[in-house]
Amino acid sequence: MAELHVALEVNGVPREVDVEPRRLLVELLREDLNLTGTHVGCDTSQCGACTVHVDGRAVKSCTMLAAQAEGTSVTTIEGLSDGVNLHPLQQGFWEKHGLQCGFCTPGMIMAAADLLRRNGDPTDTEIRHAIEGNICRCTGYHNIVLAVREAARIMRDGAVPAATA
Amino acid sequence: MVADVLGAPVKRVEDPRFITGKGRYLDDIKLPGMVHISILRSPYAHANIRSIDTTAAAAAPGVIAVITGADIPYNALPMAWPAGGSSGIQNNVNTPNILARDAVKWTGEGVAAVVAETPAQAQDALELIAVDWEPLAAVVDAEKATQPGAPQLHENAPNNVVFEWHVGDKAGTDAAFENAEVVLHQRLVNNRLVPNPMEVRGDIGLYNPGTDEYTIWMSSQTPHIQRLLLTAFVTGIPEHKVRVISPDVGGAFGSKIFCYADMALVMFASKLVGGRPVKWVEGRRESFGSTIHGRDHITYVDIAANRRGEVQGLRVKTFANLGGRLSTIGPGIPTTLYARILSGPYKLPNVYAEVTGVYTNTTFVDAYRGAGRPEATYVIERSMDLVADELGIDPAEVRRRNFLPPDSFPYDNPSGLLTAVNGSKLYIDSGNYEPAMDKALAIAGYGDLAATKAEARTRGKLLGLGLSTYIEVCGVAPSKWIGAVGEGWGAAMWESSNIRVHLTGKVVVTMGTQSHGQGHETTYAQIISHELGIPMEDIVVQHSDTQGTPFGYGSYGSRTSNVGTGAALKAAAKIRDKARRYAAHMLEANPEDIEVDGAQYRVKGSPDKVKTIQEIAFALDLAFDTPEGMEPYLDETAYHDTPNCTFPFGTHIALVEVDEETGHVDLVRYVAVDDVGKKINPMIVDGQLHGGIAQGVGQALWENAVYGDDGQLLSGSLLDYALPRASWLPAFELDETVTPSPVNPLGVKGVGEAGCIASTAAVANAVIDALSPLGIRHLDMPYTAQKVWGAIQGAKGGRA
Repeated sequence: MAELHVALEVNGVPREVDVEPRRLLVELLREDLNLTGTHVGCDTSQCGACTVHVDGRAVKSCTMLAAQAEGTSVTTIEGLSDGVNLHPLQQGFWEKHGLQCGFCTPGMIMAAADLLRRNGDPTDTEIRHAIEGNICRCTGYHNIVLAVREAARIMRDGAVPAATA
Repeated sequence: MVADVLGAPVKRVEDPRFITGKGRYLDDIKLPGMVHISILRSPYAHANIRSIDTTAAAAAPGVIAVITGADIPYNALPMAWPAGGSSGIQNNVNTPNILARDAVKWTGEGVAAVVAETPAQAQDALELIAVDWEPLAAVVDAEKATQPGAPQLHENAPNNVVFEWHVGDKAGTDAAFENAEVVLHQRLVNNRLVPNPMEVRGDIGLYNPGTDEYTIWMSSQTPHIQRLLLTAFVTGIPEHKVRVISPDVGGAFGSKIFCYADMALVMFASKLVGGRPVKWVEGRRESFGSTIHGRDHITYVDIAANRRGEVQGLRVKTFANLGGRLSTIGPGIPTTLYARILSGPYKLPNVYAEVTGVYTNTTFVDAYRGAGRPEATYVIERSMDLVADELGIDPAEVRRRNFLPPDSFPYDNPSGLLTAVNGSKLYIDSGNYEPAMDKALAIAGYGDLAATKAEARTRGKLLGLGLSTYIEVCGVAPSKWIGAVGEGWGAAMWESSNIRVHLTGKVVVTMGTQSHGQGHETTYAQIISHELGIPMEDIVVQHSDTQGTPFGYGSYGSRTSNVGTGAALKAAAKIRDKARRYAAHMLEANPEDIEVDGAQYRVKGSPDKVKTIQEIAFALDLAFDTPEGMEPYLDETAYHDTPNCTFPFGTHIALVEVDEETGHVDLVRYVAVDDVGKKINPMIVDGQLHGGIAQGVGQALWENAVYGDDGQLLSGSLLDYALPRASWLPAFELDETVTPSPVNPLGVKGVGEAGCIASTAAVANAVIDALSPLGIRHLDMPYTAQKVWGAIQGAKGGRA
């Protein structure tokens, strides 16, 4: 199969990759760029573990061909924080025990980040609807809702929560 | 002084890597020269294999090897837990080969495999393998499979029966029924579930031709057990030539306890291709046929009671679907882990249960979160509501009249449910059931229920409240019991811990248990910090690698916090003891005169004569000056066998609203009061409860593995199999009572499965309560809108 040349920006860095036409964006990220924080949890676009941002919006990277990402700017969980401090969502998930096995967490955080971009003070119901494309099997979502709420608070107040440990 | 972190909601030390995308799960591992293996899976539920032609596949681009069952010299997989163990019960055992040889028994059984340079090339080549199939008639229902004329799966299992096993007092129970004032009968279907951890399973095999050794990375709950099973039973390769590593595991819920064919396949394949690492990762749809399912019981329950609602006899007949071939401990789940706790928290004087394990043309069935105990809780909790309904007594009152009183413990079930054939017993160690129920009723507003229902009715909703008062059995198990005649788990069940305090005062703890989301790296560190007075940040907890950790049985059955903790406490006590003896040497005192206060070891009455554990470790690890007979290094290993299981309990209450027009069920509130004893980390305990509750709710409302009569799995992907989503669930309202367990030195019990054990029955009882004004007294799960709408229409005499 003839390979396609894809040029895109990933986590702020320009990247150029030659891929098979059938390569998915998630495969480009995980296999070609070794960004394994983006996970694959299903093969039918149900679970959302592969959620990344493409040009600032949450996208399931298993539903997009790598070639379709030509010219876009992609952000993965590895590029969410500024490299020094945790992103408020990362703080919120840690603080509120919003994860257990951690497998859905990167996708869940990226989906929640898209919500908070659109809505800085979501209700619990709005949070639950916003993450309904992301499946978590461990937490029952209870603490994920608290984590997103906490992140929204931090983003509004600009305050870092007091550590409990 | 170091702050005491035991019992504190300490943030998890695992989380920084997970929230930044730096976790390392199986599929994240890339090794130099790695190749990929894909498995051709049977499209038929039942068929003979006439021949397999691999010529075209072998010539496909990137293909390195094509493998069929005939190529692999390994044994079939082991089955470690026959029903009734060595007590003489016949178990007609058939387990999977690494790849099927002559026939397949379910859609998804592995038939051939391709090793190729890339996963895509391996997948492409699978399509070029030509199998000449002889399709056969299939059967998927466990009860139908035992009837005359059913398709037969295995020559050694007439009528597809794996075993027929019973427990309890048959004569006493029959007598209770003869004299009963009220007798009720109900058929209950406990629907088949697919565990679906968000990380699917996978393995990497690496053969080293230089040393003739193997390393296997696997997403497993039980690395030590897998090394034992793969070497001693499957491959014949010596145990010391194999190392097994579980990296970060993305959830498991029981499905990653077992010995799977793919683990041996990657070993074989890596040697075949000259020692290149071979990776296999199942796809999600593939996992529906390659990883175990759970539940799937058909049960007939007879209940004998008096008019006060006191249950005097329970007679249970269960058909347990075990799939097309047996998984590692399939028969143990519907026997030891199910029927032995059918009496729940109640003083039922007479219980008798018969269980028939059955082969069907379905994916193998084994332990899924709760494993037998949710099924038992469903039977007894539905029974309590049926009694209440029949006699017109409040369901909470019926439970109150049947509860074991708090002075019953340790409780020996009179029907001998917890007694192995050789007389070895478990006792329900502790309990105090009414306060937990009263607390839950108060939170749920039970006194206002009639008004709440009336208000819902004005909105076209049928509101129902369901109770589930449960017990859980944690910490499997005392080796002498689980290994006893009549139980038959062919192994002990103790746990292990090693603690090393290095020269710099930093501590490495290695455990035989294995974490797959529970936060063991945090909770064990809390315990060791508490025991030794060393700050948590100076302690690292390692597990999941057979090289460098002591042998242990792994994590499942909510056993880690009882059995694993026991081992860690013992190892810490040994460390303290040696440190005390060495402190005495350093301080020129008698060991009996050394007081230990956290990290401080001081001479009684001389507060200035003191050494810290860090100073002691430094001197003892260097060992320039040791007393006669003392070995260098502060390094101790302990093995702990629990004297008994622990028995958490509690009351869960679900409130649902059923839309009378559409049949849609909405879970509007969920209240849980659990007694898990002392908590190591209450934040983690709550998280375990949340997740367990959601999974149990999933069974009641949405999840269902549905097979067509031809054995095709109709709900075979996440498009069709409904996992709970955030918008379908409410916030959970948790509370607690605390009755410490006398079994565990810290008083902890375990919490991994409690939520899942309790919640299914609570939601089921709530839905039936909602529908009861229409005269509906039972409906099988899951309560999909279509099913509930049909029942409502049927009850109203309409078109269903």
